[in-house]
Amino acid sequence: MIDPVIASRLQFAVTTIVHIIFPVMSMGLAPFLIYFTWKEIRTEEQVYRQLREFWTKLFAVSFVVGTVTGIVLEFEFGTNFAAFSTAAGELFGGPLAVEGMMAFMLEATFLGIFVFGRERVTDRLYMLSSVLVGLGTWLSALWILIANSWMQTPRGFETVMESGQPVVMLVDPIAAYANPRFPWMYVHMQNAAVLSVALFMAGVAAYFVWMNRDTEFWRKTMKIALAVLLISAPFQAIHGDAYGRHVADTQPQKFAAMEAQYDTESSVGLKLLAFPTSFSDITDPRAENLYVVELPFVASILASGGDPGASITGLNDISTENPPVAIVFWAFRAMVGLGMWFILLAFWGGVRWYQGRLFDDDLLAKALVASSLLGIFTVELGWIVTEVGRQPWVIQGVMKTSAGVSPGLTGAEALTTLVGFVGVYSALLVLYSYVVTRLIREEAPTRPATPTDDDTRGVTVPNDD
Amino acid sequence: MIEPLPLSTLAEGPLFGLPLTQLWFGLLFVVLGTFLFLDGFDFGVGALFATRDDDHEREQLLSAIGPFWDGNEVWLVVFGGLLFAVFPVVYANLFSRHYLLMFAILGSLILRGLAPEMYEQRHDRRWQRNWGRAFVAGSLAAPFTLGVFVGNWLFGVQGVASAASLTIGLAVVALTVVDGAAFLGLKTRGNLRAETRLLGHLAQAAYLVLAVVGLLLGRSVPHVDVTAPTTLALLGLTVVLAAVYVGASRRGRHYVAFAAVAGQVYGLVALVATLLYPSIDPAAGLTAEAAIVSTLPLNLTSIGTALLLPLVAVYFVVLYSAFDGPVDEPDAYS
Ligand code: HDD
Ligand code: HEM
Ligand code: HEM
Repeated sequence: MIDPVIASRLQFAVTTIVHIIFPVMSMGLAPFLIYFTWKEIRTEEQVYRQLREFWTKLFAVSFVVGTVTGIVLEFEFGTNFAAFSTAAGELFGGPLAVEGMMAFMLEATFLGIFVFGRERVTDRLYMLSSVLVGLGTWLSALWILIANSWMQTPRGFETVMESGQPVVMLVDPIAAYANPRFPWMYVHMQNAAVLSVALFMAGVAAYFVWMNRDTEFWRKTMKIALAVLLISAPFQAIHGDAYGRHVADTQPQKFAAMEAQYDTESSVGLKLLAFPTSFSDITDPRAENLYVVELPFVASILASGGDPGASITGLNDISTENPPVAIVFWAFRAMVGLGMWFILLAFWGGVRWYQGRLFDDDLLAKALVASSLLGIFTVELGWIVTEVGRQPWVIQGVMKTSAGVSPGLTGAEALTTLVGFVGVYSALLVLYSYVVTRLIREEAPTRPATPTDDDTRGVTVPNDD
Repeated sequence: MIEPLPLSTLAEGPLFGLPLTQLWFGLLFVVLGTFLFLDGFDFGVGALFATRDDDHEREQLLSAIGPFWDGNEVWLVVFGGLLFAVFPVVYANLFSRHYLLMFAILGSLILRGLAPEMYEQRHDRRWQRNWGRAFVAGSLAAPFTLGVFVGNWLFGVQGVASAASLTIGLAVVALTVVDGAAFLGLKTRGNLRAETRLLGHLAQAAYLVLAVVGLLLGRSVPHVDVTAPTTLALLGLTVVLAAVYVGASRRGRHYVAFAAVAGQVYGLVALVATLLYPSIDPAAGLTAEAAIVSTLPLNLTSIGTALLLPLVAVYFVVLYSAFDGPVDEPDAYS
């Protein structure tokens, strides 16, 4: 029978990888929705009302799926990682409890008003609801990332032995919750969400513009999305670069895995592009074997904060076993590569916009459509780097993942639920994609938002496929 | 200038010398009860959905819970979070011991949450019939599995379930049907209201029988003392409230009827809590005193909760008053 440790880890991976899609949508949509609502109330322009109504539908569906998948996670720490929950409950339970009361309650109650209440409440309360729903999504990320970042860079605790088991005791809550990783993670994650939604919006808008169902609505959507992309894409890369330095400082083993660095070396270059030279390089990448395009000294500069000769500790010189290097190495390359692509895309759009040809470039439109889901995909890659890279630790340097799993759990039980989740969550994803596609096809405004005269209405292509 | 409380004093002893273990033990059951009451009427409406086949009426039932169910369900998330924060050992033991049952609960909640959203997405018959069924199935399975879980917890059942905990599961289903019917008393009119009321009365009778049978089946466990004064008092109170519910809903006093159901739900969790105490997880031999988290995190969670829960109450008042009154049109809220 399958090892319950492996099954639990796989199950946690499947359930969080699916869950994060929906929070990314809702956290990323939140600032857009607040903006649309504000403009709708301020200018009373029809187009903002349409923008608000359409994207709110998408938000509502994402929220429901986010809720049902999130509840599973809330209980999974107890079901599958009972030893971890017992040992670290002191630090870990508090943020989760506060997240529920402070964030989920706020979102879930005001979302009722935001989705169903436009005609029932005053403009003021409606505007407030949009802000509170948005705030709720961002606060829930705040608390869950406090919990996660503490697992990466644990601080403010003492370990004591209780009936033969190590238990983590909270001694300094400020050090624990404002741990060094937290601000990095929060900024990188939230900007990633906004960036991902901007890519998605731009892709949808480009599709309709390209299909000539243009209208004021989609042109406006595309410009708003592109403007956000122009800021968030470069920011993500600049921030990620500094973030990497912080990871090298605090989790050298993870950094070495990200760079597939086995030997401790000095003056290391950053492998910008890495090409496997044989099949085994894919499954077992080793810095010394790969054909790489690298920026000389940059990895050293990154890791040390400026010293090109600095040495990077290799995996061979760290006593604990390695994380799965291939996954971490390639996921990291793919995240950075896609990050560069998003910058290119943003600038390409920006130049066309500046030239006044934003809606005439078919290739740009195709590129935007093709990239509409890549933001979310990149978020998954980033999380895989973060979570797989910290293995074998569940709490860095304190507790191994294998020691965190529920002691009574059998392989058969764990396998049953793992198979169940793979089935149910695949169905969930299919359903969500179906509903979103359908919303975009059938509910998106494709007629001129403010018809100037009846002629324009006549020539609009009906949207009925 | 008020001096901020130095953190070190928070580690020294319980906040203001309060009996925090007992307060938290009680509060957790209040939170669980609030979830059972609020999401209970969503489940009940889901069960009653099975008895209506008119499209217009079905839409009305969905509209009645539309803006609320998500917020109601968060009480379960908060229950999980607070149990984790205050009694981490119990959170870990209880949920890992009832591993498959936990996932049955979660699966039912997924079905119940997803189905109404999907139902509204398309208007063809087959689609709506299937999602309607999924909605009913989730709305019955969720309170049943939750009830079995509470029964297992109370009776210290080690395996998947016992006769007693299965009966408690059925009792909770019946109670949520009463809850749903009482809620529809406030939210609907005419035929729909009259017919669901009748079903509510039947469910009420079933609840009383099932709850008593469940307790009698479980009485072999030492701490389940069915003749203790508190047990008898709570059972008596439940019978009185059941009568109040039936009488008030007949006479059209729908708020009174709804409140009488709330009383029964809190009565049920109070019964579980009083039978358990001082133990918090009998199967693991854990008392609340032994399972409580250490002083510093306990004080922090207490402060956070004291600040946040009143605020949450305000959110619910705002939400429920924005959508008060009956749903007459199919899309009354949109
Ligand atoms: C749109 C998504 C996206 C894009 C374009 C990037 N990232 Fe990222 N990255 C994420 C989305 C993300 C994330 C949201 O998935 C992670 C996971 C945890 C976190 O804080 O953010 C992440 C983590 C993450 C980590 C931390 C790993 C850890 O904590 O162990 C580093 C060092 C980087 N990223 C670096 C970069 C660099 C140098 C990029 C250059 C372009 C970059 N990221 C683009
Ligand atoms: C939503 C984005 C996230 C994704 C995609 C993600 C992904 C993963 C993956 C792939 C694993 C398996 C790693 C392995 O076993 O090799 C894992 C494990 C785990 N993650 Fe995350 N994670 C996310 C966020 C979080 C957060 C916010 C927390 C905590 C608050 C968390 C806590 C854990 C725990 C406890 C495990 C199990 C122990 C382990 O395998 O290390 N994760 N996650
Ligand atoms: C792995 C650990 C995680 C756990 C235990 C968890 C828990 C939950 C729970 C219980 C819900 C449902 C709340 C409701 O009923 O409304 C939820 C939804 C949500 N979660 Fe997670 N979550 C995790 C990972 C994350 C991460 C990494 C983020 C973002 C950084 C996140 C952000 C959200 C948001 C914004 C929602 C609101 C629902 C939505 O907007 O789709 N979660 N999560």
